Amino acid sequence: MKPIWEALLESLRDLLPIVLVIAFFQLAVLQQPIPKFGEIALGTTFVVIGLTLFVQGLNTGLFPIGETMAYAFVEKGNVAWLLLFAFALGFGTTVAEPALIAVADEAALVAAEGGMIESSEAAMESYALGLRVTVALSVGLAIAVGVLRIIFGWPIQYLITVGYVGVVIMTIFAPEEIIGIAYDSGGVTTSTITVPLVTALGVGLAGSIKGRNPMIDGFGLIAFASLTPMIFVMGYGMLV
Amino acid sequence: MSRIFADLLLTLASTVRDVVPIALVIFGFQLAVLRKPIPNLKRILTGFVLVIFGLAFFLEGLEAALFPMGKLMAQQLTDPVFVAGGEVGKALSWEDYVWVYLFAFAIGFSTTIAEPSLLAVAIKANQVSAGSIGVWGLRIAVALGVGIGVALGVYRIVTGAPIYWYIVTGYVLVLVQTAFAPRMIIGLAYDSGGVTTSTVTVPLVAALGLGLASTVPGRNPLLDGFGLIAFASLFPIMSVLGYAQVSGWIAKRSRTTLVE
Repeated sequence: MKPIWEALLESLRDLLPIVLVIAFFQLAVLQQPIPKFGEIALGTTFVVIGLTLFVQGLNTGLFPIGETMAYAFVEKGNVAWLLLFAFALGFGTTVAEPALIAVADEAALVAAEGGMIESSEAAMESYALGLRVTVALSVGLAIAVGVLRIIFGWPIQYLITVGYVGVVIMTIFAPEEIIGIAYDSGGVTTSTITVPLVTALGVGLAGSIKGRNPMIDGFGLIAFASLTPMIFVMGYGMLV
Repeated sequence: MSRIFADLLLTLASTVRDVVPIALVIFGFQLAVLRKPIPNLKRILTGFVLVIFGLAFFLEGLEAALFPMGKLMAQQLTDPVFVAGGEVGKALSWEDYVWVYLFAFAIGFSTTIAEPSLLAVAIKANQVSAGSIGVWGLRIAVALGVGIGVALGVYRIVTGAPIYWYIVTGYVLVLVQTAFAPRMIIGLAYDSGGVTTSTVTVPLVAALGLGLASTVPGRNPLLDGFGLIAFASLFPIMSVLGYAQVSGWIAKRSRTTLVE
């Protein structure tokens, strides 16, 4: 493990671009002073500490558990359990994802405004909840299909092409109001904790199944998880 | 100032709540299905605690320092009076938004460099490829893609073209690039589209989209404010595929030069 000051310095370097961009636009373009300097300095320190702790935890916690479980499932040799685990991981991490909750609420607002649902509190809430469950199901399904792909070694581009065609077809039939939100929902579903876990799972599986290459077959789970929600959200917009 | 520390506790609580379902799935399957003790359990639990504390500090710091200013900035830069250069009542065309495009690119690029999930994938890709994929090379390629994507998405909001024109064209380009890219990079490139948009990028980019959609005449914030995230997840795929093609090409060229 690296000495702690070196890790902190690396985090500081990761953060430097944002600080520079914000300072430049604030001082040179908008020509305004930087407000509440003390609070901002403290907040930035928090971000640096947080990023450093996260990277340490990544290497000691998230990566090892993801890989250990991948090896254990391969050793057990039961594909059904592995798929169920993949589904549960995708569903469980997505259904409570704060970014998704925010997007679902926005979508309910759009649907109410567009006259697709009643603009009552209860109708919007049930619409948002239904959307969240739909997206979570689609992410669970995506991870399960992605794991199946690793097991059989299917080239990823075939599945992605099918997904893209699905998105395009759904776009033709989906109500115009939902399209922007549906496209965005693909990006917001994969959280900061899910990504390292799922990546480690994929790489671990590809590394322990004979004939699979971790670099070629191990990545791609996240790609599915960002593609299926787009299709499912547009489908939800058509049905509800 | 003490408010920040109080908020930190709240953020910590919500991070714990986010981790609980993940931990339940993992430890549930470990105990009920795999039925094997977890090797280095103590170390792994320490890792989880570090991740929870790290994310709490990270999110709270962003909330206290960068987000308020970034969001305010997005509003000010998209304010028609600022865009018109102080002239009131001037009819605006897309060229007047130069600072907005620049800001969109810069904020997309810089938030991506700080994105923890991208860092995680870059570290893993570096380990798996035995160092041939650089952590910084990948991150810069992805960040360039996000910057270009967000800038183009902002241009779309200003001009008001339908989003699917851009996305479908993007898909076609990705598939063409895939046909020529080295096999090794394809999965990673597709993944980098999904990982780029999370904790740091989404709030700032969303604020920019909403700010623009509510000030550009003829745009509806509810309809046109969305879509920037989609641009930010599509363009990194192209930039990473491009990065692999260019670095492969350079490696090939230097090899042929050596032979000569």
